Amino acid sequence: MKEVFRPRTFSELWQLRRQHENAALYAGGTDLLVQMRAAKINPQTLICLERLAEIGRIEEFNDEIAIGAGVSQHHLLENPTILKYFPVLCQALQALGSPHIRNMATIGGNIMTASPAGDTLPPLYILQAELELRSQKTQRRLPLADFINGPGQTGISPGEILSRIFIPKEPVFAGHYFEKIGLRQALSIAVVSIAALYNISTERKITAIRLAWGSLGPTIVTLPEVETFLIGKTLNPATLNAAATLVEQQVKPISDIRAGADYRRRVAGQLLLRLDQPANYRQTSA
Amino acid sequence: MLIKFNLNGQDVEVETPPARRAVDLLREELNLTGTKEGCGAGECGACTIIVDGTTKLACLLLAAQLEGCRVTTIEGLEHENELTPLQEAFIAGGAIQCGFCTPGMVLTAQALLAKTPLPTEAEIRSAISGNLCRCTGYQKIVESIRLAAHRRAGELQ
Repeated sequence: MKEVFRPRTFSELWQLRRQHENAALYAGGTDLLVQMRAAKINPQTLICLERLAEIGRIEEFNDEIAIGAGVSQHHLLENPTILKYFPVLCQALQALGSPHIRNMATIGGNIMTASPAGDTLPPLYILQAELELRSQKTQRRLPLADFINGPGQTGISPGEILSRIFIPKEPVFAGHYFEKIGLRQALSIAVVSIAALYNISTERKITAIRLAWGSLGPTIVTLPEVETFLIGKTLNPATLNAAATLVEQQVKPISDIRAGADYRRRVAGQLLLRLDQPANYRQTSA
Repeated sequence: MLIKFNLNGQDVEVETPPARRAVDLLREELNLTGTKEGCGAGECGACTIIVDGTTKLACLLLAAQLEGCRVTTIEGLEHENELTPLQEAFIAGGAIQCGFCTPGMVLTAQALLAKTPLPTEAEIRSAISGNLCRCTGYQKIVESIRLAAHRRAGELQ
C-alpha cells in the first residue's frame, strides 16, 4: 500500500476517486485492516472516510431519522434520539464487538461488510431501513433488504458510497428485542441472533410483529409465514413454541467452526420464547 | 508521509510509510513499547491507546489517522516519575501478573474513570470487556479499578 487519503468533504472524495479508481474505502478500519494484515487484500491506495463530515451526522426529520454512514457505533449508542425510537438497534449495538471496536467501527461499515453475522443488520432489516447511495453525479435510495446480496456482496456501483441510513419513526412498536447467541459475551461473532419488533393488545393478542435472524443463511433471514402465523394469536409459551417449530422447519443454516446446523436451527426457534418476557415489552414514549 | 500529532503531551512530527499501523509507529519508530500487540485483529485490547479521549486499538489504526490527534499511551500516564493513583491501585491490588494486558487495561480504566468517576462493578466489567487477560481472571483488575475510583473519591471529599 502506497497512499492513504483522508477527505473531509464530498468534493475532495469525488476528486480522489477520479484519480484513484481502484482505491479501497474504509471508515473504522476494524474489518479492512484485519484483512490487509492477513494479506487477503492488498490495495495500493486507501481512502479513509473517518473525517468526512457529511456522513458523520445524525439528523431527525418529521417522519424519519437519518444516520450518517460514518457515525461510530459508540456515538449511536450514546444518542438519545436513537435510544428513544430504536431500542432494538441499541440492544444490538451493545452486543457488537467491544467498547474499543464500537469506538472505531461505523454503522455504514457494518452494512458494507454485509456479513450474515453483522449485528446491526437484523434490527435494521425489521426497522425497514433505507440506504442512500451517492456518487459524484448520482444519488439513489433503496431498502437495505434489496442491497445486500450475500456475504460481502452488495449492490453498490462503482464510484458510489453509502452516505446515509434512513429509518422511519413509524409504525411504533412497544416490543423491541435483540439477542445474540455467541461463544462468549464480548467480542463474539453471532452463532444465531434474533431481532424482533412487536405489539400486543390489552388481551395479549399479537397485533403486529416483525422478525429477523442473523447467521442463519447467506443474508439476514426473514420468515413472513412465521409472522403471519403469530398475528392475532395470544402471546404465551404455547403460541411461541408452535412458532418455534415453524422456524425450525423453515431455516437451513450451515455448520461451521462456531456451531452445527442442528444447534443453529433449534436456537433460532427457541429464541422466540424470549418474547414472552415482560422486560422485553415496554411502553415507549410514543 | 509526514504526520504531526500530540503524543503524551508533546507535539511530534514523524516521517512514516502510509501503510504503517499506529502500533508499529509507536513501538518501532518512537520506541514506546508499552503498547503491546496481541492478536493484531482487534480482539484482545493489548494495543489500546487513548485518541482524543476515546480508547482505540492501535493495531486497527493507520499511522495517518493519528494526524492532528491527542494520543495517550501507557508511557504518558506517569508524571515526573510518579505513577498515577490508578497505576498504584493496580500494583496494590495485585492486578498485574504477566503484564501483557496491563497497559491496555490501565488505559481503558483511565478512559472509564475520566467519564465515570465512580463506576459500578457492572460498568467496570463492561468497560474492560474488550481487554483479554489470561492470568488474573479479571477479579483483581476489577477490584483495583474500584480501589482507584474510591481512593480518588475519598480525596475529593
